[in-house]
Amino acid sequence: MSISMPEPETEILRNRNRLIRRLRRILPDGNVIGEETQMRVYECDGLLMYRQLPLVVVLPETVGQVSMVMALADEMNVKVVPRGAGTSLSGGALPLADGILLVMSKFSRILEIDYPNRCVKVQPGVTNLAVTRAVEHEGFYYAPDPSSQIACSIGGNVGENAGGVHCLKYGLTTNNILGLEIVLMDGQVLRLGGKHLDSELYDVMGLMTGSEGLLGVITEITLRILPKPQTISALLLGFASIEAGADCVASIISAGIIPGGLEMMDNLAVRAAEEFQACGYPCDAEALIVCELDGAASEVERLIEGVSRIARNHGAGFIKIAENEEQRLQFWAGRKNAFPAVGAIGPDYLCMDGTIPRNQIGHVLKQIQNLASKYALRCANVFHAGDGNLHPLILYDANKPGDLDKAEAFGADILRLCVEVGGVLTGEHGVGVEKRDLMSTMFSGTDLKQQQRVKCAFDPAHRLNPGKVFPTLHRCAELGKMHVQRGKLPFPDIPRF
Amino acid sequence: MKTFVPRDEEEIAQLVRAALGNAAPLDIIGSGSRRGLGRPSDAQTCISTSGLTGVIYYEPSELVLAAHSGTPLSLITRLLEQHDQELAFEPIDHGPLFGNPRGAGTIGGLFAVNASGPRRIKTGAARDHLLGFRAVSGRGEIFQSGGRVMKNVTGYDMSKLMTGSYGTFGIFSEVTLKVMPKAQTGLTLLIIGLDEEEAVRQMTQMSGLGYEISGFAHLPPLQSGFSSPAPQELAGKPLTALRLEGSETSVTARREELVSSLAAKGRRVEVLEAVNSRNFWEDLRDGTPFGGTKEQIWRISSAPANGALLVADLLARNVPVRCRYYDWAGGLIWLAVAAAGDAHAPAIHAVVDSHGGHATLIRASREVRAAVPVFHPQPPALAALTQRIRHSFDPELILNRGRIRDDL
Repeated sequence: MSISMPEPETEILRNRNRLIRRLRRILPDGNVIGEETQMRVYECDGLLMYRQLPLVVVLPETVGQVSMVMALADEMNVKVVPRGAGTSLSGGALPLADGILLVMSKFSRILEIDYPNRCVKVQPGVTNLAVTRAVEHEGFYYAPDPSSQIACSIGGNVGENAGGVHCLKYGLTTNNILGLEIVLMDGQVLRLGGKHLDSELYDVMGLMTGSEGLLGVITEITLRILPKPQTISALLLGFASIEAGADCVASIISAGIIPGGLEMMDNLAVRAAEEFQACGYPCDAEALIVCELDGAASEVERLIEGVSRIARNHGAGFIKIAENEEQRLQFWAGRKNAFPAVGAIGPDYLCMDGTIPRNQIGHVLKQIQNLASKYALRCANVFHAGDGNLHPLILYDANKPGDLDKAEAFGADILRLCVEVGGVLTGEHGVGVEKRDLMSTMFSGTDLKQQQRVKCAFDPAHRLNPGKVFPTLHRCAELGKMHVQRGKLPFPDIPRF
Repeated sequence: MKTFVPRDEEEIAQLVRAALGNAAPLDIIGSGSRRGLGRPSDAQTCISTSGLTGVIYYEPSELVLAAHSGTPLSLITRLLEQHDQELAFEPIDHGPLFGNPRGAGTIGGLFAVNASGPRRIKTGAARDHLLGFRAVSGRGEIFQSGGRVMKNVTGYDMSKLMTGSYGTFGIFSEVTLKVMPKAQTGLTLLIIGLDEEEAVRQMTQMSGLGYEISGFAHLPPLQSGFSSPAPQELAGKPLTALRLEGSETSVTARREELVSSLAAKGRRVEVLEAVNSRNFWEDLRDGTPFGGTKEQIWRISSAPANGALLVADLLARNVPVRCRYYDWAGGLIWLAVAAAGDAHAPAIHAVVDSHGGHATLIRASREVRAAVPVFHPQPPALAALTQRIRHSFDPELILNRGRIRDDL
């Protein structure tokens, strides 16, 4: 618990009752929750070790209500923390003691399904999986599929630019949305995009995606849906070393094959998954690859042959091709349940989310093993090998004093390592609270200030989700200052034509 | 006008700071091949990034390439070809549209204008392929964002913001992009004789099936003076084009299925093989049918299924449309209109607003581009936000002042 949140502002705490009274004028009584026992369920998101009771919880039902709540917060100078389904693994929805927690769970309707334009308009509280469920009978699906897809909401997916196992070929959330409706901190409602492609000017929708609730509240999303591939198949490939598995991944992509999914697990993760639910994984493999291939039937056949040949060349000791759809889903079940499976051998785990250049996988995993012995903690590795997104799961025991601190320090070392080899702190879980204080390992002070200036364009008083993403809060007035030397500055000696 | 060609980003930063000191706005160009886009400028000083050249790294197995922003696009394309890779979004080459030869652009300029071709509908736009960058802001500061990996939510996605911002936030010094394997082969099925409404219906329906079609276009018969990208014997007929790309196996299989399914519906189909197919899509991509004409050119992005209706509405409002064709399954309309002082902007904007989407004036005289909103007007709240974002990077509007809007 090494990360501290901004000190609550006494002025806001003092005005709490007045704020609640005014919120009750905007929202039905039941949608404004101020009692401690009822607020308890909202005290944390998926990053369980950070907990904080909010100032008050509100559950708006319409865009108009969101707008009025925001305008009120702006007027009373109160902070706002937006929350979707609360599955964030980085503490993005961690409440603030002096902030309204704006819960979007009542925005749970699918508003429109438009097959000719291949899009679906939804409210932000709709779950990721519900989108695919709503269109699959017509042969469509929504591509991003984070492993929390049963529970996580589309609004949260946009906030974190959620990925999943099909990103390499089908992209992340940002590549699969067409339109957004957002409410700014001052209550203004803006529509970005629609059913068409690209922006008329600046790509504000692209900026909003992955902005972790710091720029605006998302109240509607238009998603692009895709036709299901004609054929989908999958292979399991087992290797005697991580390096061999990593080399195989590089060779598959060098051969011009972009699999629908390309996942890798290390031995500890493989055994945990197989123990959790038998799915035919070889428990002796040091590295296991799940490779999904899709396309026209004859093409998939050709690709399976190609991938099998490459795997054999890299010494795969285990090659299994899904014989039918049921077996394909079984191959995936182990991977998709890897987090709970590791949780079961836990007792607790910390899930990291760095991304690295793919050719560094062998090196990074070896370093992680060294760190594991240094910290005397176990670490299972599950990763999206196709795009280099690692999910090291650090096992610890929350009841053992000092264990969590050790796990957090271990995690921070892993993320520093990711940045060192040319990667990034977070691939799809977001910076949130968890990685906030590591931002300076990736960005200079100038870089971070420029990002914060962009925030100032949306939220000049830092009322929206402060304390997340940026390690230091600067006042917008200070960020805006520019020291220009007026007068005759000679142009430097630079070639001209 | 004085043009400076800095050799590195530190020199760019010095120039921007000097310009700030002199309160002298700067034009920003790569090779200058896309200078005809946007509003004209009266700046007296120009910075060209063409002195910052070279590929910094290229790792085919990682699908990633980083280059200095002034690197010629043609050099990058050739390098990628050697490894059977490409820029999947099919960058538009604006040469033909402005009466210049192809192949002049830089990689930085490409991302500055977010120019994506027919495959955008399947593989995304330029904005979906920029992984990270280094740049000099309008404050004269060197900053960077993103990285070299595909999956990254560390900080705001400034790559999206920079792409298509026409140099009004910063001057790229380096870009890192995602590259993709190039298809082994490709061909185009041409359905002959559909009217516009029918063609759009056919394309949107096909785009919902699992054929993985990588280009959907419809060309009504072109008026004289406009050059058809199709072979001469077909040029006078309405053509609906579907492109298949991939391995030999995959293309052959899908071709057979599609041809028999279309034949069953009584459609007449011709096939453009390999190089003919490639040329056809390159011409559509670059607006070549409009090359060498005098008309003003608009590019309209709207919901695909509305494409033909939108054009019908334009005609109903007496917009003098001389030639048009559809890309992106109907979602992109290339429109040539008889030249006028207002480029028919009020009528075009009104029609596009009623359907949703945006219209960009991509070719007109300097005077017209100075007088008419080149980029689609935004509602007041969004226009104000746009202005605040612009100021956050460039408070003095020193970079490309007025290029995208008179207040920006």
